[in-house]
Amino acid sequence: MTIQEMPGSTAYRPSPAPAWQPRTDPAPLLPDSEPYRVLGTEAAAGADPALLRRLYAELVRGRRYNAQATALTRQGRLAVYPSSTGQEACEVTAAMVLREQDWLFPSYRDTLAVVARGLDPVQALTLLRGDWHTGYDPRETRIAPLCTPLATQLPHAVGLAHAARLKGDDVVALAMVGDGGTSEGDFHEALNFAAVWQAPVVFLVQNNGFAISVPLAKQTAAPSLAHKAVGYGMPGRLVDGNDAAAMHEVLTEAVERARRGGGPTLIEAVTYRMEAHTNADDATRYRGDSEVDAWRAHDPIALLERELTTRGLLDDDGIREAKEAAETMAADLRAGMNAEPVLDPMDLFTHVYAERTEQLREQEAQLRAELQAEADAEASPEAEDGR
Amino acid sequence: MSSTTVAPGTKKTAAKPASMAQALQRALRDAMAEDPTVHVMGEDVGALGGVFRITDGLVKEFGEDRCTDTPLAEAGILGAAVGMAMYGLRPVVEMQFDAFAYPAFEQLASHVAKMRNRTRGALPMPLTIRIPYGGGIGGVEHHSDSSEAYYMATPGLHVVTPATVEDAYGMLREAIASDDPVVFLEPKRLYWSKADWKPDAPATVAPIGKAVVRRPGRSATLITYGPSLPVCLEAAEAATAEGWDLEVVDLRTLVPFDDETVAASVRRTGRAVVVHESAGFGGPGGEIAARITERCFHHLEAPVLRVAGLDVPYPPPMLERHHLPGVDRVLDAVARLQWED
Ligand SMILES: Cc1ncc(C[n+]2csc(CCOP(=O)(O)OP(=O)(O)O)c2C)c(N)n1
Repeated sequence: MTIQEMPGSTAYRPSPAPAWQPRTDPAPLLPDSEPYRVLGTEAAAGADPALLRRLYAELVRGRRYNAQATALTRQGRLAVYPSSTGQEACEVTAAMVLREQDWLFPSYRDTLAVVARGLDPVQALTLLRGDWHTGYDPRETRIAPLCTPLATQLPHAVGLAHAARLKGDDVVALAMVGDGGTSEGDFHEALNFAAVWQAPVVFLVQNNGFAISVPLAKQTAAPSLAHKAVGYGMPGRLVDGNDAAAMHEVLTEAVERARRGGGPTLIEAVTYRMEAHTNADDATRYRGDSEVDAWRAHDPIALLERELTTRGLLDDDGIREAKEAAETMAADLRAGMNAEPVLDPMDLFTHVYAERTEQLREQEAQLRAELQAEADAEASPEAEDGR
Repeated sequence: MSSTTVAPGTKKTAAKPASMAQALQRALRDAMAEDPTVHVMGEDVGALGGVFRITDGLVKEFGEDRCTDTPLAEAGILGAAVGMAMYGLRPVVEMQFDAFAYPAFEQLASHVAKMRNRTRGALPMPLTIRIPYGGGIGGVEHHSDSSEAYYMATPGLHVVTPATVEDAYGMLREAIASDDPVVFLEPKRLYWSKADWKPDAPATVAPIGKAVVRRPGRSATLITYGPSLPVCLEAAEAATAEGWDLEVVDLRTLVPFDDETVAASVRRTGRAVVVHESAGFGGPGGEIAARITERCFHHLEAPVLRVAGLDVPYPPPMLERHHLPGVDRVLDAVARLQWED
């Protein structure tokens, strides 16, 4: 019962609502009903052959990186690795469309994007090896720390892009998130801020079918994840995430729009996670082989290779060259990861505050004494009586 | 805490080594079988059975309405559980890892903990929030936090943490049966620790809210819980070589706190060390030491000492052993307890 309906008061009559106009025509914001494709279509004829060849080399390198990192988990050199095999086209194009001054905000699965942006391949794995959490300098590399809590990096991307614009700098932020991450509150808040502020941000959702075991149908009832953009007032684009040429084109457009002051874009790349969630996951519990096989036929490397070879832009020598370059990278990665990391336990106290607190100084002295005692015990085991 | 006595498991199973993970799973299954208002929900709790397989098989047995894979959103999971509890259900939510419960903290602090109070008792919150917590498993960043101090500092929540297989079963049953919200902290490095456990024997565990003396002793008391219990028991064994006979108290429940058992032990021994792996500053040990001092001042032979994790963000796996309180640090603290000789 509303106040108007209280006994004794005059009967409640709805008055006509004031005329209402949508602030934006939603039609141009709506994504296409089918993912945008270039490879194997007429649009491919317009693509720059040099770019396609570069994409190819990067994809091959990325695939090899994933394979090598996964092998390192089996050898115990890496604690865990979330492979992006099958998603290389999203990963490498995300890095390639950015200029030096732009920023990348990766999620924990996006090691490849980070490497494609230029981070040292070994350094990109310290988080997962366990010698330091992230370690690299985000200001120098313009790569935010690989982010494990899902979607929490998205508002950061918005804030950074906004700050850059306030300062008058030409900077675009590209933020990556998984399909599962789009359910988090941080995703919604980031999109809303970005649209209201017209911040130069591009949100790239890699819809790889699953959040660990949970399929997209249990994650969202939206027609597509790209549709989510409309509600915030930004354009949504749906693109084939296994089509490197399409990815490059759509991302480039969105980045340029942001650079021109056109505001944010939400891109959903439809792709597939070929491997398990991480090497520790058992994917047979939640998906069957036939589904995986269907996606194998739509492999991003095979798609691009077919396009290049049928158009005479790539021959066996070219393929071999790309593979050899990838092998060299893998060998370097192996060597780098097989070298024992140099660890200083005292580093635990170095980066907690700008200046150590008195309490941390005490704990530092305590740990130093413990380490000394350990070293002494190792030097002369007999002198030790067990404690 | 409601003093519900837990009905023992109904299925006939012979005593055999069982892991804490298995005991927790069994507790969920028994609770769901006995009470149709018990609903399990969270990320990956269905087909996968949770990343630690604690909910394995529940969706097959009880269907997707009772064991639900939710969208990936912790605030949504806990907030929806609040609404479900308002309507008479007993939700048991799983947070995938300690640090991923933080997005739900708003719901926890503002609503779960306060709803009974806000509504003058009209709306109790009979829900259980299971959180695998703590380190020692070589997890990457954000997978090893000890967040108990945040929960302890929030009136209205029960905070419990089992350290044995038997307690894992009994305490989870009690938590689910409780008419108040329980933050149920599962020490993830003990998930695979095994013990001979008879699920069909009468539940012998002390009720939630009671601490247990796990090892009697006369020289000093080690007060601990969850992941640090095995460390303290090992330290107590090692200490016999020094002639120290250490008593080990397993708190089991941080809120409500069992002052009686703790004070009785410390009065007997006259010396106490609190051991936990969450950071020491502002941590549970400070509260516990203060309570002991208030109750046992005239019995104390030495100040109450704390052995805790370092006051640093949880370290990367390769350095975590320097952070976690181990046997040596516990024994060093015992050695500092102002012995006369
Ligand atoms: C806030 C938060 N909740 C839960 C987790 C645990 N977790 C890690 S990855 C993952 C699934 C992520 O799925 P999606 O966003 O689709 O990315 P994908 O793994 O497919 O790349 C979950 C639930 C987390 N990292 N952060």
